[in-house]
Amino acid sequence: MPSISKRLFLILVLTTSLVWLSAVLWIFLSTRAEVERVLDARLMEAGRMVSSLISRQERDAVPDRSTTVEIPLREHSAYERQLSCQIWSLQGALISRSDAAPAEKLSEQEDGISETVVDGERWRVYAITNTDIGIRVLVGDNLSMRDHLVNDVIRGLLLPALFIVPVLAVLIWFSVRRGLEPLRKIAGDLEARHATDLSPIEDVDTAKEIVPVLQSLNGLFARVAGLRERERNFTAFAAHELRTPLAGLKTQAQVALASEDPAIRDQALRQIVVGVDRTGRLVRQLLDMSAVEALDHESEKRGVVRPSFVLRSLAAELADRARQVSVEVAPEMDAVELHIEPELFTLAARNLMENAVNHSPPGGVVRCRVAGQFEAGQVIIEDDGPGIPEEELPRVTERFFRGRNKAPVGSGLGLAIVELALGRSGWRLQLQNRDAGGLRAVIAQAA
Amino acid sequence: MRVLIVEDDSVLRDGLKVGLGIVGFNADAVESCEEANAVLRNHEFDALVLDLMLPDGSGLDVLKALRERRDTTPVLLLTARDQVPDRIAGLDAGADDYLGKPFDLEEVAARLRALVRRASGRPQALLEWRGLRIDPASQNVELDGEPVRLSRREYAILQALMVHPGQILSRSQIEEKLYGWQEEVESNAVEVHIHNLRNKLGTEMIRTVRGFGYRLGEES
Repeated sequence: MPSISKRLFLILVLTTSLVWLSAVLWIFLSTRAEVERVLDARLMEAGRMVSSLISRQERDAVPDRSTTVEIPLREHSAYERQLSCQIWSLQGALISRSDAAPAEKLSEQEDGISETVVDGERWRVYAITNTDIGIRVLVGDNLSMRDHLVNDVIRGLLLPALFIVPVLAVLIWFSVRRGLEPLRKIAGDLEARHATDLSPIEDVDTAKEIVPVLQSLNGLFARVAGLRERERNFTAFAAHELRTPLAGLKTQAQVALASEDPAIRDQALRQIVVGVDRTGRLVRQLLDMSAVEALDHESEKRGVVRPSFVLRSLAAELADRARQVSVEVAPEMDAVELHIEPELFTLAARNLMENAVNHSPPGGVVRCRVAGQFEAGQVIIEDDGPGIPEEELPRVTERFFRGRNKAPVGSGLGLAIVELALGRSGWRLQLQNRDAGGLRAVIAQAA
Repeated sequence: MRVLIVEDDSVLRDGLKVGLGIVGFNADAVESCEEANAVLRNHEFDALVLDLMLPDGSGLDVLKALRERRDTTPVLLLTARDQVPDRIAGLDAGADDYLGKPFDLEEVAARLRALVRRASGRPQALLEWRGLRIDPASQNVELDGEPVRLSRREYAILQALMVHPGQILSRSQIEEKLYGWQEEVESNAVEVHIHNLRNKLGTEMIRTVRGFGYRLGEES
């Protein structure tokens, strides 16, 4: 698993070392160039000085002497005797040399700077020819001395680095850990948290780079908590809606068994029939709901439906003859076709019409009509019932929600099924209370 | 014993009302929190049967409002949610007992009798007073070991008087126990029932306290 602190540490240590090494390289190069420039200047100066000091007499006075004229140098430096001097006659005889100078000729070049190897040592030699007196002065610098000088400077830089770099590494390590402390704190919080704890993480003093992470985490927590809450509510409501009718059936059955009075017994049995009808409807709706949910996404948006056809057959089935509630389907609906999955439309229409009939007063009329043209067509189902209190309108499509004006057979699932079925096929449900009283349910194209 | 049933499912509500009536309760029923609150503010009940999920709110709110009014009427919660946390929430809100749906009618009745008995501070199930003994569970009445047959209303009056022997019950208090709040109260009905009771149990058993009401007769 990659670790941010390790990564950061490596990056920082590597870049720091790289910067350090570049600086050393730059200092090395510039020191070497500078040393070369200064020492070459000194070399030339020394050559000219020797050349000007020697007179013709001196040249003649010490002819063919194999011993050298000593040019004494005080000996108290590591760089002592770095200069060697030879004086040659133009004929090629060594006239004189300094005591550290090799006997061999330092350079064959007649004038100017050159580099040679004599006796295995590298020399930088300046040659100057004095034609007046017929000599050539060679002044040489031992190059190993020069290297020694540059190396000393570089060593002076690198030695402290050997101590400083580890210290720097430790400092970087601690800084990285400290810098990542907020992250570690959140990770610790998350780790210590119980699996069911969905409360938001507090962001006291959180670094601003982590705030977005924290916000998305808290957003996720809120969504999961909401989902879980809805699930819990659904289970609770489902339990209530399933067990209450069962309790009613059992109680009525026990009443029928316990009572001696035939009137009470008959009434109890009638209530049992009502209870079984209601439970049957609830079971059907629960199955409808899971059928809609299980529908595969491909088939949802396909299909064309002739609403007049569906609504007429539903009307024949659902009209309540006992309470004289009738259903009217407007004739102009015959010309309308809707792009909606027929099964889903039938399901939605059935639940809406059932609601309308159940909420209608005795003798009431449920009207089905259309509004708008082909593409923007809407199917409208209206009743003369009590409508829905305005404050309940936003909640009526929640599963198992039952408002105050509930029908005795309602389960609170009907409108939830309608919304689910229409939503699946790109349509939506609008509910309005009519000015004249009653409810208007509109099946409209989703925006 | 007068109980109020708060339940929104009409089949269950009707079943409870009729069923509890058969076993000797005088039951009224409402279907929403709003109605329950209104009725509870104006009438006294010996016990309350309360559904938790009502169309206009939670039964727990009715319960809390009841307890805030310092009303100690025993409450039996009926609910489909009978997981332990739900039971705890119900009991902590001031309920006295809890029954999960679906339940047994007999059990509802037995628990209600136990709640009423406990509320009156009596540990034993039977009510006894001077040779008179009644069993609220079976509604059997015995006087000196001999069974006595009483009508439903006569029994209700006798039981109300025997719950607190010596305490005076006014005529309107007795009427409350006899009739549901929707029922028309017949004038003189209480006097007629008391008269019948005296015939069956002896004239000394129930005394009239003039200007106040009735109580069980004292040892003279």
